[in-house]
Amino acid sequence: MRNAFASEITKLAAADARVVLLSGDIGNRLFDKFKDAAPARFFNCGVAEANMMGVAAGMAMCGLRPVCYTITPFVTYRCLEQIRVDVCYHRVPVVIVGTGSGLSYASLGATHHSCEEMGMLRLLPHLAVLAPADSHEVRACLAAALAHPDPVYIRIGKKGEPTVHQATPKFAFGQSLTLREGRDVALLVAGTLATEALVAAEKLAAQGISARVESCPSVKPLPVETLREVFAACRAVATIEEHSTWGGFGGAVAEWLTDQNPAPRARLVRLGTTPDEFLHITAEQEDAREHYGLTAEGIAARVAVAANA
Amino acid sequence: MTPAELAGLDQVARRLRYDVVQMSHRAGTPHLASALSCVDALTVLYWRVAQINADQPADPARDRCILSKGHAASALYAVLATRGFFPRSELETFAKHGAALAEQPAPGCAPGVELATGSLGHGLPVGTGLALAARIQKQPYRVFVVMSDGECNEGTVWEAAMLAAAHKLGRLTIVIDYNKWQATGRSNEVMALDPLVDKWRAFGWDAQELDGHDLAALDRALTAPAGERPRAIVAHTVKGKGVSFMEDDNNWHYRVPTAEEVEKARLELGIA
Repeated sequence: MRNAFASEITKLAAADARVVLLSGDIGNRLFDKFKDAAPARFFNCGVAEANMMGVAAGMAMCGLRPVCYTITPFVTYRCLEQIRVDVCYHRVPVVIVGTGSGLSYASLGATHHSCEEMGMLRLLPHLAVLAPADSHEVRACLAAALAHPDPVYIRIGKKGEPTVHQATPKFAFGQSLTLREGRDVALLVAGTLATEALVAAEKLAAQGISARVESCPSVKPLPVETLREVFAACRAVATIEEHSTWGGFGGAVAEWLTDQNPAPRARLVRLGTTPDEFLHITAEQEDAREHYGLTAEGIAARVAVAANA
Repeated sequence: MTPAELAGLDQVARRLRYDVVQMSHRAGTPHLASALSCVDALTVLYWRVAQINADQPADPARDRCILSKGHAASALYAVLATRGFFPRSELETFAKHGAALAEQPAPGCAPGVELATGSLGHGLPVGTGLALAARIQKQPYRVFVVMSDGECNEGTVWEAAMLAAAHKLGRLTIVIDYNKWQATGRSNEVMALDPLVDKWRAFGWDAQELDGHDLAALDRALTAPAGERPRAIVAHTVKGKGVSFMEDDNNWHYRVPTAEEVEKARLELGIA
């Protein structure tokens, strides 16, 4: 996904002289092509993310389209107040891209995990939150973010993730992308667990449960049309994300659901990382997913229980 | 600056001081002493240095002036109103319910206000972004950031200092209102700021110190042509400057003057 980001931002910068890339001393050689094509619009801002965010806000105030890029915890938690005050309060179109989101860098320890940041950022006024499923969605989200008048946060994975699309899909804020049709249950995925959800749908089909799978990169604004549809049509709806079940995509859907009157008949199951704890186990991403039951088997098992309840 | 110009500027600064004393009294707002210590720097900046036009506050080529110590907003508003960005009568609404002139500057709250401040350590990073944008967009403007000494506690100040030096942002100038007090203590007892000028020099800046109430010295330092390095002017000031019973008394970080105290200040400032 980060390679897709690097290639897409290089393309977008070539087409739009307002695009500026700020990196927090990350992406060794990743941006060589960008630097060749637009040397005056690339800034390695050093290991100083709070300042980077303020610098980006200043640039955006002048009509530029800055994109801040580094590892997710550092471009979110580390500079939360700069995002809030410099970017959101002034309502300037800074694009914030976090790489290695969720459990991507599980093996590096909790300093490099990000299982709470969507919850924090989603609360900030004017800031959209996007969680693309694969490299094709990264390209679509980035292009949409740079055309958006307000700030956008995009959480992406690392590299080599399997894809769920064949080509760049048509993306719009507040809409989901259907990956598989189905009628009994709906699997709504924010992020790279989409591939696991598709396999889970196969497993559910083998049990006679027809599962619809939607990629929901637009965590904020929520894809409310899809939500209305699946909560009216299905027995169970699962939210799936590499993020705490508190505050992120599942949390947002739970808030939305509470406000519906009359209450829809479908049951909501939130699948994500365990809230209120750090992951202390030394683990690769696959092991960490396994630990939280965020595998095709784990997803299918929990959704089947909800569907048959 | 001719003696006549200097006298005129001094008169402007006295008037601004009386404005902020009145504003604090009318609105019941704190931070009066912090506003008084930076009035002289703002006066020189807005009357002698900055290339700004009150009729075109959004001109892309304008110099950018940021008051990073947002708690001194009353001084900024008095300056902008007197400089013609909006009517002086608006100063009477300062911090009143529903007024545009908030106790600390909000985004776009008044023409000439470049940045919403109040949380410290934001002005220099954003100012650095404005200066880099000028280079990318081939604009001629300079960027001036007026900061407090307490603000130098914030790590973002030093992060921005290193980035600005690495990019040789000669068009960026800061003035540190070094009044030796922060909210609840002597600046150097809270955090070891000194030697402050040496710190900026060590960070790669063209740094100098001066008497922050010497209008001619401020004028010389701020009008000197921009070089390769960003410039730091450490302005030694007195908190509460200009009103004897407020000077260097940190209670006036919070206190609001009574009607009698406003009158006493008026007489001391020589306002008719």
